[in-house]
Amino acid sequence: MPSTEEIYDKIQTALVDALGVDEDEVTPDAKLQEDLGAESIDFLDIVFRLEKSFGIKIPRGELFPESLLTDAAFVQNGKLTPDGVAELRKRMPFADLDEFAENPTVQDFPNLFTVNMICKYVESKVNVES
Amino acid sequence: MRWYWIDRFQEFESGRRARAVKNVSLSEDHLHDHFPGRPVMPASLIVEGCAQAGGILVGEHLAFQGNMILAKVPKATFHFEAVPGDTLTYDLTLEHLSRDGALVSATCRVGDRLLAELELFFANVMEGDRARRLFTPRELLGMMRLLGVYNVGRAADGTRLLPPKLPLDE
Repeated sequence: MPSTEEIYDKIQTALVDALGVDEDEVTPDAKLQEDLGAESIDFLDIVFRLEKSFGIKIPRGELFPESLLTDAAFVQNGKLTPDGVAELRKRMPFADLDEFAENPTVQDFPNLFTVNMICKYVESKVNVES
Repeated sequence: MRWYWIDRFQEFESGRRARAVKNVSLSEDHLHDHFPGRPVMPASLIVEGCAQAGGILVGEHLAFQGNMILAKVPKATFHFEAVPGDTLTYDLTLEHLSRDGALVSATCRVGDRLLAELELFFANVMEGDRARRLFTPRELLGMMRLLGVYNVGRAADGTRLLPPKLPLDE
């Protein structure tokens, strides 16, 4: 089982290669979109590089469950409903949702996608699969 | 204008790798504007050549299903310029493939000299309401025949690569 540091290094490499950013820009708190300039196609690229680098399978929507935002049952007036937040907690146990849940606007949703979130996700996957 | 930026496949291993060549000729119209008196093959057309070869490598392995388009070029590094008389050798490796997309790495060489290093990311846009087929399986098959894939191709098990039998209505 790889160490946390090894996991971080591989994720850093994946993000540098996928997003064309410098290594020192990839900090644990960096937000993929706001800080590292990720666009929609980049998320699939990142998923590919993680799958290859760690030898894991990442089902569509598991790491970046953006499809939840297009579900009318979970979103109303630009915010996630309580059911939507509950669903998000279920789907993203690896993300820190507490702050977001206080005011769960769709606009702030991409801010959940941080380097640290990816690390926790990968750790949960390699722990399960090793 | 015909939009072929590779001339022929020299090697083709289904689902793994391929080698294709492009001969740069002074007769190509675009070289007279790029640049007047100093013809240089545009780097973007080298990317296009690698994308065409890579797209065929991906499309063939998906058994002509899906609709892979070049979605992103994560890396494109060029070390010198290609000029008329050069034979560009493109080596493609299929790094990763899923139903959502494919990652292909590529190099371009002139003889032993490394001209370019690339990564190409293809996305499958087959699914969803807005999906539109860019070309049919039959067109892809025609392109592969024209470029000699079946003269040199090997299937995943090492046997000779044979063209699929496509229904007439495709």
